[in-house]
Amino acid sequence: MKEYEKTGILSVEDINIPDMKYLRKGVAIIECVQEIPCNPCVTACPFNAISMKDISSIPMVDFDKCVGCGKCISICPGLAIFVVKVRDDGFAEITMPYEFLPIPKIGEYVTLLDREGKKQGKGKVLRVREGSRKTFVITVEVKEELAMVVRNILVKSRGE
Amino acid sequence: METRITKHPILNFPKKSRIPFFFNGKKIYGLEGDTIASALHANNIKVLSRSLKYNRARGFFCGIGKCASCLMRVNNVPNVRICITPLAENINVETQDRGFGKLPEDDFKEYPLKKVDVDVLVVGGGPAGLCAAVESAKLGADVLVVDEGSRIGGQLIKQTHKFFGSSDEMAGVRGIEIAKVLEDEVKSLSDRIKILLNSTVIGYYESNTKDKHRFAAVKRLGYENELYEIFCKKAIFSCGAMENMIAFPGNDLPGVYGAGAVQTLMNVYGVKPGKRVLMVGAGNVGLIVSYQLLQAGVEVDRVVEALPFIGGYHVHAAKLRRCGVPIYTSHTVSKAHGKDKVEGATVVKLDKNWSIIEGSEEFVECDTICLAVGLTPSVRLVAQTGAAIEYIPEAGGYVALHNESMETTKNGIFVAGDLSGIEEASTAMLEGKIAGISAAASLGYGDKRMNEKRKKELLEKLASLRAGPFGEKPRKAKQNILKKFSEIKRR
Repeated sequence: MKEYEKTGILSVEDINIPDMKYLRKGVAIIECVQEIPCNPCVTACPFNAISMKDISSIPMVDFDKCVGCGKCISICPGLAIFVVKVRDDGFAEITMPYEFLPIPKIGEYVTLLDREGKKQGKGKVLRVREGSRKTFVITVEVKEELAMVVRNILVKSRGE
Repeated sequence: METRITKHPILNFPKKSRIPFFFNGKKIYGLEGDTIASALHANNIKVLSRSLKYNRARGFFCGIGKCASCLMRVNNVPNVRICITPLAENINVETQDRGFGKLPEDDFKEYPLKKVDVDVLVVGGGPAGLCAAVESAKLGADVLVVDEGSRIGGQLIKQTHKFFGSSDEMAGVRGIEIAKVLEDEVKSLSDRIKILLNSTVIGYYESNTKDKHRFAAVKRLGYENELYEIFCKKAIFSCGAMENMIAFPGNDLPGVYGAGAVQTLMNVYGVKPGKRVLMVGAGNVGLIVSYQLLQAGVEVDRVVEALPFIGGYHVHAAKLRRCGVPIYTSHTVSKAHGKDKVEGATVVKLDKNWSIIEGSEEFVECDTICLAVGLTPSVRLVAQTGAAIEYIPEAGGYVALHNESMETTKNGIFVAGDLSGIEEASTAMLEGKIAGISAAASLGYGDKRMNEKRKKELLEKLASLRAGPFGEKPRKAKQNILKKFSEIKRR
């Protein structure tokens, strides 16, 4: 049995991490490791960068084709897709799905959370986009070493 | 405690007008669109009745009219299932004396008996039933859909998450939106599909007409009834399933709810079940409902799962974990604490023989315990028709044996969806379509070759959704059902 089947938390070894040359341009990382009959990410990609052998296979990203547009992020019913871009100034940009209130504002500093929901400091919100069917897509700036760590944000409620 | 959800990331809960009603003689208020149960819950009234022998508090459990946990006396009518009864102005809602339903003083009225004659009767207007109705009607059959709820859509109306599956079968679309798509489709066929809401098919009766089945149904009208005698050539049962209960001291306390009931309460009626929840079960239902509780602004203390692993999809578990909700595998609830309501729970760790590890007891502060421990197919009605019923563990309990066309061993009686084996809405819709085509085709509707071709395509789609490791259980269930069906037919 894999550890994540007990904990619900993936380790970096469970994920197909792209090389730095791809991370520099920003690519989609699909944290979907089980054979679930599901394929909307494949049809959502405008660049045909995501492929599956059949509907129950694990999706594979062709990092040469992927441009990190993030269209797949809010399409994925499992909210399992993140776009990670590692800049050359020691920071990385993580784009993630978000389905809570309040919606953060651009420029706001939010609490960064890892796969276990543990706090990993604060990060600046760079982009906020309404994705497919009320799933928001948020980009936050994090320190480079947190690029494969941060996977969620906690936004302080306003006026409460 | 503020019990109404006002802000929600997915759902809109617009301001609604207040409706006054009486609870044990005291005037309180609910909102337009409430059921009696949701209005009482919003007023923090969780004790709905008392047990017969020990006078213990009883609250609701399933929230969808499947159990007897919420029976109350409404306008002098006893044993009203308040979880599916719409709230109305100035009604009198009373706690029944220790479960005893006092009959109304005035004599029973002569209820008018209405006769209906249709090609296809569909019992249950959820994803399976609606798809069945649409397919039958498209081929030319006259269809009647009977549903206990006040709207069609079954349990889709509370599924706020996006569905998995194939992108050409509405994957990535939220259940609530799929409900709307099906509703529109049914409405566009309104000349062929009639719908009887707030109505229960109560029995199967001997028919004096050879090629027709005969059923009785009751429509609840303003807390009075209207009786229907339904004749149909074919009947499709898509009655869904009922949430399971597990045994532990205090499991009857108000606040111990089915996870689906909690989902109904918060996502359909906008009422929070409580402040802090202990979720029991890490299958997809437990994981999804936990996430939706967070979206509704309710705390989830943790998820406990008796199995040594998480049964649901990892992606659902991951969503919850990154919000900070822990999942404890090999753990379960051993006791619910509280007087007349849940005030906490004891959780324990289990060893590999499922025995409680001594000293592992931990107290969890919570006012709600959600049980997401599986479902049981609702076969009682279809069993009345004489269709062969068998216990198939992988299907979730007793189910009606059926063939690939979804027809049972009883001629003209079909099944689809959870009632024919516990799965999920995507497969229920496909099974419904197959049943709908089969029923209409057996009446001579449609082009024979086309019907067969469509059924074949749908069966292929079903097989692809049941592929992979998560499809193993339903695959086994359906193989067993088909095998036992042909054994009986060969006899």
